[in-house]
Amino acid sequence: MTAYLTRRLCSALAVLFSISLISFMLLKLSGDLATALAGEGSNAAYVDFLRKEYGLDRPLLVQYATWLGRALTGDLGRSFYFGEPVSTLFAARLPVTLQLGVLSIVVAITLALPLGIYAALKEDSLPDRVVQLVALSGQAMPVFWSSYLLILLFALNFKLLPISGAGSLAHLIMPSLALALNAMPALIRITRSGMSDALASDYVRTARAKGLRSHTVVVKHALRNALVPLVAIAAVQFGLLLGGSVVVETIFAIDGIGYFTWQAISQNDYPVVQAAVLIVASFYVLLTLAADLLNMWVDPRFTLGLAP
Amino acid sequence: MRTTTSRSILTLAAGLALQLAVPSGAQASKADDTLTAAFQFQLPTFDRYFAGGREGFLLGLLVYDALIYRDPNTLEFKPLLATSWRQIDDLTLEFDLRQGVKFHNGDALTAEDVVYTINFVSNPQNKIFSPETAAWIAKAEAVNSHTVRITAKETTPLALNYVMQLAILPAKYHATVGKDEFGLRPVGTGPYTVAKGSGNTVVFARNEAYFTGGGKNKPLIGKLVYKTVPDVTAQVAELMTGAVDWAYYIPSDLAARMATNPKLRITNADTFRVGFLTLNVDNNVPPDSPLRDVRVRRALNHAIDREKIAKSLVGSSAMVVNSACSPLQFACRQDLPPYEYDPAKAKALLAEAGYPNGFDVDVFGYRSRPVAESILGYLRAVNVRANLNWLQYPAVVKARREGKAAIVIDDFGSSGVADAGYILSFFFGASSDDLSRDKEVTRLVAQGSEKIDSAGREKSYGDALKLIGERAYWVPLFTMPINYVATTDLEIPIPRDENVEFWRARWK
Repeated sequence: MTAYLTRRLCSALAVLFSISLISFMLLKLSGDLATALAGEGSNAAYVDFLRKEYGLDRPLLVQYATWLGRALTGDLGRSFYFGEPVSTLFAARLPVTLQLGVLSIVVAITLALPLGIYAALKEDSLPDRVVQLVALSGQAMPVFWSSYLLILLFALNFKLLPISGAGSLAHLIMPSLALALNAMPALIRITRSGMSDALASDYVRTARAKGLRSHTVVVKHALRNALVPLVAIAAVQFGLLLGGSVVVETIFAIDGIGYFTWQAISQNDYPVVQAAVLIVASFYVLLTLAADLLNMWVDPRFTLGLAP
Repeated sequence: MRTTTSRSILTLAAGLALQLAVPSGAQASKADDTLTAAFQFQLPTFDRYFAGGREGFLLGLLVYDALIYRDPNTLEFKPLLATSWRQIDDLTLEFDLRQGVKFHNGDALTAEDVVYTINFVSNPQNKIFSPETAAWIAKAEAVNSHTVRITAKETTPLALNYVMQLAILPAKYHATVGKDEFGLRPVGTGPYTVAKGSGNTVVFARNEAYFTGGGKNKPLIGKLVYKTVPDVTAQVAELMTGAVDWAYYIPSDLAARMATNPKLRITNADTFRVGFLTLNVDNNVPPDSPLRDVRVRRALNHAIDREKIAKSLVGSSAMVVNSACSPLQFACRQDLPPYEYDPAKAKALLAEAGYPNGFDVDVFGYRSRPVAESILGYLRAVNVRANLNWLQYPAVVKARREGKAAIVIDDFGSSGVADAGYILSFFFGASSDDLSRDKEVTRLVAQGSEKIDSAGREKSYGDALKLIGERAYWVPLFTMPINYVATTDLEIPIPRDENVEFWRARWK
């Protein structure tokens, strides 16, 4: 078990290192950062001044090593646009993004769970196909599109919800729904297949044979077992939601790390872009790790030394 | 137990309902005298000198005042914090300060504030956002308590264009609180103060003590809400729901859809921005490059139906330009003979130049894909087969400066400077952005930039523009207007220079 943990931690660190290196290089390849910083109408002399000022004239690997060295001590540099430390700017915006992420995953699970169970109970029937179609549509529809549809419906047609900002819970309904629609399909499918397996298992047959009520069999016996993979997938989906928040926060003008990242990309604020990639990647890696550990904890094979 | 659960659920539901009932931020409202304007980007700071882009410029106009003011309609300079000014010699400008002007914190404006500000921004150590606005200054000094002299390092005919961008800071307060604190709690003399907010919503309140007699006035609407709505489609939706009263830079396709909405008024108005093709004639160009031949360059000018692209893809106010500058700029002569759209003539010129079957060329672009595709289509029609490189702006500029971009579909806003000298010095000033390197042209442009007298400058720039046109160093395209959208109950003047004057807005 210790060996497994060590292996997972090492691979998580390797993933983070690779992501930081690749994103750093890609950012440098996207064009001349000094020209971008100087802005339109800046002459070549000023561009050269900025290049030296920000150390952009040094070899790429030296620039990367310097950045990495500082990042390891928590110093992610200063934003070119805001002039403040990147870590402070992110810390100020993280709560609203986490709030949106948690709300979205709660909405996604709340919708996905009953739909998945229902589909499993009615396996291969028309309702099952309808649920599958809903799942497929949710997955196929880009987040920006579902966001616009929600705005059209709830803000323009029914005039029920505000579009921009995050000042109240009402502001978060459409963004969380848009994100939830995207996260839901995987959860529906995992619930459906988990329930389907559980319902066909011996212990459920035994429970039924004991004369237990259908509700008790489904909820107390089948669902408990079907929930285990759902929790793991939900953790991964939560990571995806943080990535998806770039689009949703931009559309709904929510001042979280997603919108902050979009703005940084638009303004060529590359210390922020670089940090955003690293932070979201770290979240994702941590959540995947947490999901693996959760699986390990619930799977008795690990404790018996039969871990995969 | 059941009762407790029910009560908890009820409490939770009531809480949610209350949360839902919270007003959706700052609602647009004539009733509470609050104008809500939508912008794409946040204000990074309230310090004018560290906030870039259009947002920074707007901040400078709202919260601060400069010594002089440019009328957005006539584009003439008018008094603001200075009541008058004069050119003492080629290097020195003298300004008489308005008396009785107060900063938002109650401090009286003095010559000391002006000198402090000018010396602060012109010091390269302070690294302000648009250094060109202050880099020309050698020093500022007070002649007496209400007269200030600014001395330039060298003859700077664009000096007033820069002075109008230099927001005057309160010396004592600025020196005491320091840069970071000033960015949070700014103090200026402008028509608005920052009342509250940060991030996506900032509320500006009318400066009740705003002085009279300058080019700006005390705001007619009490509150201005700067609302960040990054997505333009969401901005449009906000305008349609009435949560936002005003927005600009709305793309033409979205603006066209709003045109039928009786509650909104859309205005397509010009800016200083002009579109053009830069042709690499002499910047690391191989000897056999077709663009070296003036007949080829003229053929390219004749090949594109600029009028059609302007009206169908750019905006109803877009105007075809025939010289290498914006018609709104000083000395941008418009009497040059145009290259009419004539594909047959273009083909004949290409054949004459030895390219009867046309040629292949690399074209770079970054702004409007539909416009680029359209231009490419016109070029293809005369057998100029363009290979489009669609990149980010910095990458395109880098390629052009390194001589790797034969043709760039470019545009330029002249950083809001209403003088052809700015765009000419940039693209025809023998710098790395000058692709023609024509000694006659660069000499004329330099001459124009070394003079103070308007007539002499106009003559030099006019001659330079004539040569640029004759030798077809560019394909000038059209002006690039933008769409302003406002609710019909709001009356707000449309500027010619994008500097929206919110203090003149009024409810109908």
